[in-house]
Amino acid sequence: MNGRLIASWSVVALCGIYFLAPLIATFEFSLRLLRGHYSFEAYRLVFASGDFQSAFLFSAIIGVVTIIVGALIVTPTAYWVQLRLPALRGIVEYITLLPLVVPAIVLVFGYIKLYGSNSILPLTATPFGSDILLMLGYVALGLPYLYRAIDAGMRSIDVKTLSEAAQIQGAGFPTILFRIIIPNIRSSILSGAFLTFAIVIGEFTLASLLDRPAFGPYLQLVGASRAYEPAALAVVAFLITWGCMGIIQWLGNSGSNFSAKR
Amino acid sequence: MLDVTADPVRRPPPARKIAAWAGVAPFFLFAAMFLIVPTFSLMVGAFQNRDGEFTFDNILRLTQPSILHSYALSLEVSAASAFFGALIGFALAAAVIFGGLPRWMRPVLMTFSGVASNFAGVPLAFAFVATLGRMGLVTLLLRNVFDFNLYTSGFNLFTFTGLTLTYLYFQIPLMALVIAPALDGMKQEWREAAEILGASRWQYWRYIAWPILGPSCFGASLLLFANAFGAIATAYSLTGPSLNIVPILLFAQIRGDVLHDPNLGFALAFGMLLITGVSNFAYLALRARSEKWMR
Repeated sequence: MNGRLIASWSVVALCGIYFLAPLIATFEFSLRLLRGHYSFEAYRLVFASGDFQSAFLFSAIIGVVTIIVGALIVTPTAYWVQLRLPALRGIVEYITLLPLVVPAIVLVFGYIKLYGSNSILPLTATPFGSDILLMLGYVALGLPYLYRAIDAGMRSIDVKTLSEAAQIQGAGFPTILFRIIIPNIRSSILSGAFLTFAIVIGEFTLASLLDRPAFGPYLQLVGASRAYEPAALAVVAFLITWGCMGIIQWLGNSGSNFSAKR
Repeated sequence: MLDVTADPVRRPPPARKIAAWAGVAPFFLFAAMFLIVPTFSLMVGAFQNRDGEFTFDNILRLTQPSILHSYALSLEVSAASAFFGALIGFALAAAVIFGGLPRWMRPVLMTFSGVASNFAGVPLAFAFVATLGRMGLVTLLLRNVFDFNLYTSGFNLFTFTGLTLTYLYFQIPLMALVIAPALDGMKQEWREAAEILGASRWQYWRYIAWPILGPSCFGASLLLFANAFGAIATAYSLTGPSLNIVPILLFAQIRGDVLHDPNLGFALAFGMLLITGVSNFAYLALRARSEKWMR
């Protein structure tokens, strides 16, 4: 074994310990609720709690709506930029990177200033308005990921030929978009969607400052008041993230996109 | 690559161009209302007094000791986690890409990095409490098996060191993800050419690899820095309001106007935006610069 190989294995082993130890420790901790022996009591308490169910359901619904609204905004944009407005590509890409530049806490502060109860558009004045604002904020947070995924899908298919073929058959823009383009880039949209879901489901800052009963603030509350349940919730959150990433990997490998290469 | 505009004969009639603009209009409306105007409105607010008149007073008042302390602490945590994150993430990516390890390690590392770099926020704080908190598994193992008491040795998870150690959990994988394409771009021929010309391994790294990888590494460190600087959920959940980094101070300000002055809050947000903005734009510029080697 040469020096390079020993060095490589040492780096990987040390990193492996650093990354696996918290996962093992969290799992072990989550089993400690009953004194003297390991049990899944913490999980049972968490899943049985009405607060958990309502917070998780709220975030899941917001997540799904976020994905639908995000895809409806991003897909036509990526389509037209690819087909007719290539000059806009630079500015569109630049805008989609903005949520990585502006921290979430700054963005939500801007929302509260702009859409507060004594503004022209007082979204935060009602619970429903706040839900809408939260959802739109999540569309913004997911924009970099959703746009990149959909744009990559759009580049991988022959948008021009598909559109022309559909037009010759008499299809209008909505038909082209919903029945030709979206089915062809389905796996790209879905991988962007699952990444967005993974971000939205446990998000804390926006939900907490807009005062919404979401999963992130619920986690924080449990963390401040309980000992073993937070560990169980961390395991659940980690499994959700893994699930979303696993599906993205699988979508990437299955590659059902209609290829532009002929 | 298809190019629609290049063909003058088939240039779309104006009506179709209008349809295209109508198609992208929702995107620009959304971006204006929920990204650009809110951010811009804070920036304007930072330079206004309560009556809406222009002033530099808010920015000047950021220099009061408690706020300066917050900025210093935030900069330290972000710099430390970016520095170590970049160093370790680079070593990890290099080990897997050049290190002669089995081929299956690479996809495993990349998938895991994708998960871990997204595993931030409140659950990450829980995981570290369960690991290195007073009752955490590692703390107990060290005490019971190795007879070493972590907490009497001066370590505390709820401090600067603990927070940095926690941030590394998403910083290291992010670095590995960002730097892997640059490492892949290092062509085998360059090393071979250097070896044929008699260069040592050190000379290869010093005079060939580093000038090409350096800007990528520096750029990625800036990305990590901005990433840590804007993060709040992990720190808030781990330390509560006790570790007063800027995002936590801003959180308290939005919640309950702890600074007793909304415009000072806007200035605080403006300061954050300036720091994350400069580091992100520098990252993008450096990435564009290093991409010319990767064609």
